[in-house]
Amino acid sequence: MYNKRTIIPGLAIFVVFVTFPLWFNAFSTASPTPKPELPPGGEKQCVAPASEMRASHMQLLNEWRDEVLRDGDRQLVTVDGKQYGRGLQLACMQCHTSKEKFCDSCHEYASVKPYCWDCHLSPEEEALKKETL
Amino acid sequence: MKYAFSFLAVIALILIAWLGSQIPGMPYLFGIALPYLAMMIFLGGFVYKVVQWGKSPVPFSIQTTCGQGKSLDFIKHNRLEAPDTTAEVAARMFLEIVTFRSLFRNTKSEIYDGPKITYESSKWLWLFALIFHYSFLLIVIRHMRLFLDPVPAWIGWLEFGDGLFQVGAPTWYMTDIGLLAGCVLLFGRRLITRHVRFISLVNDYFPLVLIFSIAATGILMRYFLRTDIDIVNIKQLAVGLVTFSPVIGTDIGAIFYIHLFLVCVLLAYFPFSKLMHFAGVFMSPTRNMKNNTRAVRHINPWNPVIVPHSYSGYEDEFREFMVDAGIPVEKELPPKEDEE
Repeated sequence: MYNKRTIIPGLAIFVVFVTFPLWFNAFSTASPTPKPELPPGGEKQCVAPASEMRASHMQLLNEWRDEVLRDGDRQLVTVDGKQYGRGLQLACMQCHTSKEKFCDSCHEYASVKPYCWDCHLSPEEEALKKETL
Repeated sequence: MKYAFSFLAVIALILIAWLGSQIPGMPYLFGIALPYLAMMIFLGGFVYKVVQWGKSPVPFSIQTTCGQGKSLDFIKHNRLEAPDTTAEVAARMFLEIVTFRSLFRNTKSEIYDGPKITYESSKWLWLFALIFHYSFLLIVIRHMRLFLDPVPAWIGWLEFGDGLFQVGAPTWYMTDIGLLAGCVLLFGRRLITRHVRFISLVNDYFPLVLIFSIAATGILMRYFLRTDIDIVNIKQLAVGLVTFSPVIGTDIGAIFYIHLFLVCVLLAYFPFSKLMHFAGVFMSPTRNMKNNTRAVRHINPWNPVIVPHSYSGYEDEFREFMVDAGIPVEKELPPKEDEE
């Protein structure tokens, strides 16, 4: 083989790059399986079935945001006789009271950084803010 | 026909993954066995190809010079276009790899009445290639969030930058559009430019269609066909794959298996296709050799070894025969011992 001194290190670098996840995970501590906390109040009902919420809650929230804030349509949604205000704090966080224990558990695991919290305060933050005032 | 075949092949692959993943038990084939197999073919084939290339001799010094080579002191040397030292070669290679300088030089020729031929700068290929390759690179790096646990912060920064416009939820990525557009533009270029169309083959069209389908299935999975697409579940499978303990939790939607299967096909196809220009760009003699032929002699590695043979050596070897044949010699035969 010609130019061994450049080709072999080059190939080695390539293989290390391609197998990077192997090395990275071997030398890092695996995070536990995310277990989002179920509503502490014991509510069993949501605006949509759990599987649908798991897959497309972000799209639902985005639609609500557009309809409520951009179109000024604050109509409540009624699911199975129960009324919900359309909003993160009006609906979701009424039952799932903890951002850290519910939202963040999966989001951090999958590196999802929703920008909900650019404007919204999590209930914990809200409580903290009230105390300091 | 050539492009129709590429589409048919990709549609067939999609159907295989779609229908196949619906059979109970088959998710293990599509989600675990095939990714491992494809990765092994990719790495093995890649290394094999590069080693084969490394074994091929370069008989001549064939760098392409696009500027004044190093000469006398008062002649200005173009260091980048006719590199003379290893550092200059490295600089040229670096710019070639990250900015595709040789595509920037692309020209198009046209014949007008007269007949008269004109050459005009044509930057489209360069532009499309930049869009395509950088989008693809960013997408591959971004996917590391599914394989690395915990996710390093810099991947988050990349994602933030890529989804900077915050359109929709989940946010749209610029690179997603870039990759789709890049494929369409490069494909369109092959169809529209007559000369390029003439020399295009199935193995030029197929990778473009395949990569387009990979991007399209990925986008469909992220934004539209979200049924049974649970990111936590998918990440557990991905992390499982790279820690050699893969598990498939609950059902994952067919679109995920289609996406994954197409990626596996791409990986397995990679080492045996034109896509090997990934390694080839590093190994092109026209780019990675020095333009120093006037200073250093390039020796063809397959030249036979020819040992110098002087006249006196020749005479030493054949003196007896020369004397026998009556050919004059410079040095006579040694006087013979008296015969008994």
